[in-house]
Amino acid sequence: MKLNLKALLPLILFAGLIAAFAIGLTRDPRVLPSQLINKPFPEFELTGVYDNNPVTLDNLKGDVSLVNVFGSWCVACLQEHPLLMDLAATDQVRVVGINWRDDRTKAQQWLERHGDPYDLLIYDPHSELVIDLGITGAPESFIVDQNGMVRYKHVGVVTPKLWKETMLPIIRSLRSEG
Amino acid sequence: MLAEFGQICLVLATLVAIVQFALPIYGAHHRNIGLMRLANRAAGLQFILIAAAFVALTLLFLHSDFSVKLVASHSHTDKPLIYKISGVWGNHEGSILLWVLILALYGALVPIFGKALPLTLRSRALAIQGLLAVGFLMFILLTSNPFERLNPVPINGQGLNPLLQDPGLAIHPPFLYLGYVGFSLAFSFALAALIEGRVDAVWARWLRPWVLLAWSFLTIGITIGSFWAYYELGWGGWWMWDPVENVSFMPWLVGTALLHSIMVLGTRHSLANWTILLAIAAFSFSLVGTFIVRSGVLVSVHAFAVDPARGVAILILLGLATGGGLALYALRAASLEVGPSIPMISRGGALIANNVLLITATATVFLGTFYPLFIDMISAEKITVGAPYFNLTFGPLMLLLIGFMGVGPVLKWRRDDLSRIRGFLIRSVLLILVIAVLNYLFGKALWGAMGFGLATFLIYATLSALNRKSSGQWQRLKRLPASDWGFALAHLGLAITTLGITSMGLWSTDDVQRLKVGEQINLAGYSFTLEEVTPGQTQNYQYLAADIAVTNKSGATTTLISERRFYPVRNMVTTEAGFRLAPGKTIFAAIGEGDPDQGWVTRVYAHPQVIWIWIGALLMALAGFVSLFDRRLRFQRGHNET
Repeated sequence: MKLNLKALLPLILFAGLIAAFAIGLTRDPRVLPSQLINKPFPEFELTGVYDNNPVTLDNLKGDVSLVNVFGSWCVACLQEHPLLMDLAATDQVRVVGINWRDDRTKAQQWLERHGDPYDLLIYDPHSELVIDLGITGAPESFIVDQNGMVRYKHVGVVTPKLWKETMLPIIRSLRSEG
Repeated sequence: MLAEFGQICLVLATLVAIVQFALPIYGAHHRNIGLMRLANRAAGLQFILIAAAFVALTLLFLHSDFSVKLVASHSHTDKPLIYKISGVWGNHEGSILLWVLILALYGALVPIFGKALPLTLRSRALAIQGLLAVGFLMFILLTSNPFERLNPVPINGQGLNPLLQDPGLAIHPPFLYLGYVGFSLAFSFALAALIEGRVDAVWARWLRPWVLLAWSFLTIGITIGSFWAYYELGWGGWWMWDPVENVSFMPWLVGTALLHSIMVLGTRHSLANWTILLAIAAFSFSLVGTFIVRSGVLVSVHAFAVDPARGVAILILLGLATGGGLALYALRAASLEVGPSIPMISRGGALIANNVLLITATATVFLGTFYPLFIDMISAEKITVGAPYFNLTFGPLMLLLIGFMGVGPVLKWRRDDLSRIRGFLIRSVLLILVIAVLNYLFGKALWGAMGFGLATFLIYATLSALNRKSSGQWQRLKRLPASDWGFALAHLGLAITTLGITSMGLWSTDDVQRLKVGEQINLAGYSFTLEEVTPGQTQNYQYLAADIAVTNKSGATTTLISERRFYPVRNMVTTEAGFRLAPGKTIFAAIGEGDPDQGWVTRVYAHPQVIWIWIGALLMALAGFVSLFDRRLRFQRGHNET
């Protein structure tokens, strides 16, 4: 058989494409670096879940916080909830909740039933803060430092592995800086 | 028991497919007629077994047998019957089973319609079709078994993704797959011809109807998908250049090129190499389409089921099938006969230009779709390429293509002279100029003027070509072969689609406002009034229906009903747009979030001629079916079976 070099060209191009696809598979397209990383957490004027007392950015500052977006309608949130409860009970980090697209009664019932790990609750029924944060779905979590700067963002459920390997080291280093 | 029965059928089908590959390919090499003929039986049996498995799965869905994991996670007792059935392929496992079923169906049709084909060619093609089936059946059995049991058995299922609970989407995947998988025959016959070292006009004429069939189904599939996205997703857009849309469009572009190059091969005995490559490419792009949708490599609004492990398996299948095909091509291309060269000014010349443009267009869409993936690899930046890129690059290519589409059919197959068609050319240029200038004056957009001008020209040129073919006589026009009518319908269809697209691009308008009951939005001479918002409940969802009264200038009123639906089983909210399709302006309204005090976010659109985009596309699909009736395309009888 004669081997035609020109006829090899399609095969070579295709091999390159397959290699590209293979590398693409190893990456998670959902990992979108937030525009907010190392930028200040957006200003907001909202209220709490239990009462109408105003909550603003100043309430958030002061300590390193894990800011978690949740809702009583959010099924996946239940998956990470035990971990958040654990973090709050063992005082590993201050957990702040943004209650998104919910109503007060439902949110309160949900917190009563599953436990309330949140040191601070922000009630955001009309996506005011959530849009500024560029959130696409719940759950989603941020690490915000003492001065109100966003340091880390995670889309989806916070797993024990992620907590131990990624988030806790970031929080430790932020604490030592502060 | 039904699940186990289905499972056993799939295992048996895999064994049969292995036999369908191994024995005939060996037999064809050693000229063993008995082994070669075995391919026919195997193809039939393989289809029957897979069909039995598919029926078993459908029955499991109908019975709501939640001991089967797939049924439990994609069905629900409260679901209407039609969605219990469409739930069979509204998920990864079931849709791959449908894919394989169609693959086996095409294989089983080969012995029925290909009786007169040379036996070695037919059995080799069936062997390759069998090998493809082996790959996909193994994929099903190893990574995506639809019959997997669940223990403990849940009381009820999780329901079908509400976005998929729609008649349009119930029939969209079967059509798309009939198209995608139809190209498998082109692939198998291309590889068989490479093994034989013989690609000739007989081969081309036999294969062309199958390519036509696949192409027409794919056209319908894409059209339904576009229409579904238009009303279900509530964006009011008919094409988003979304990765999932693009990957269904690329096989269509390559398939269109293949349709035309196979015509040149069938009549002028030329372009054999090119046609083989296109046949391999068309099926490969179908595999890429399957890969992208199933693997989650790219982010898409349509991404329903993503699982990297399955992505790896499909990537391996793609690599083996296309890599194998191209390797075979590299080895055997030298043995193919290079036909007579084709003069530039001739119908063949125009067809080559059309092929080059279609492949450039495919490359453009490909780059735009995968650019984010490549960039991510180089710089770790996540970006998306939006509609502006596609409009800027794809649009001009299509306009150029229309130019060749108009002139080509008027030319002769053998060397022609532009001076022969001088009258036609002058009239065409004048027509384009007049239409373009008129449109530029009213539309104030250069590309819009070009779109209208060239689309009108294409209508004129197509009718003019029909006129030439029949020498202007009614009697001869009536007796024109079916493929001539197919040509005319397809080209007119594209012209109509182009008119619709251009019109939408120039004059579509929209507005978004928060409306309380009684308030209104004025748009494009219509006033949209939010009349009332009423809650309600049906079998499987709760809804909030908004009545939006639309009054035009002359005072005539229609009411559009848009719904926000909440599916408790899936905890999902969907939007059903309210719209009134019309040959002129289609009006469209969709209600979003809100409450009685603050008002509801209401989107309204006025879309001129949008309906013609889909009518033109369906006309193209119809053209494909019409062409199938051409007697010249049937294989001449009397060939020796050995």
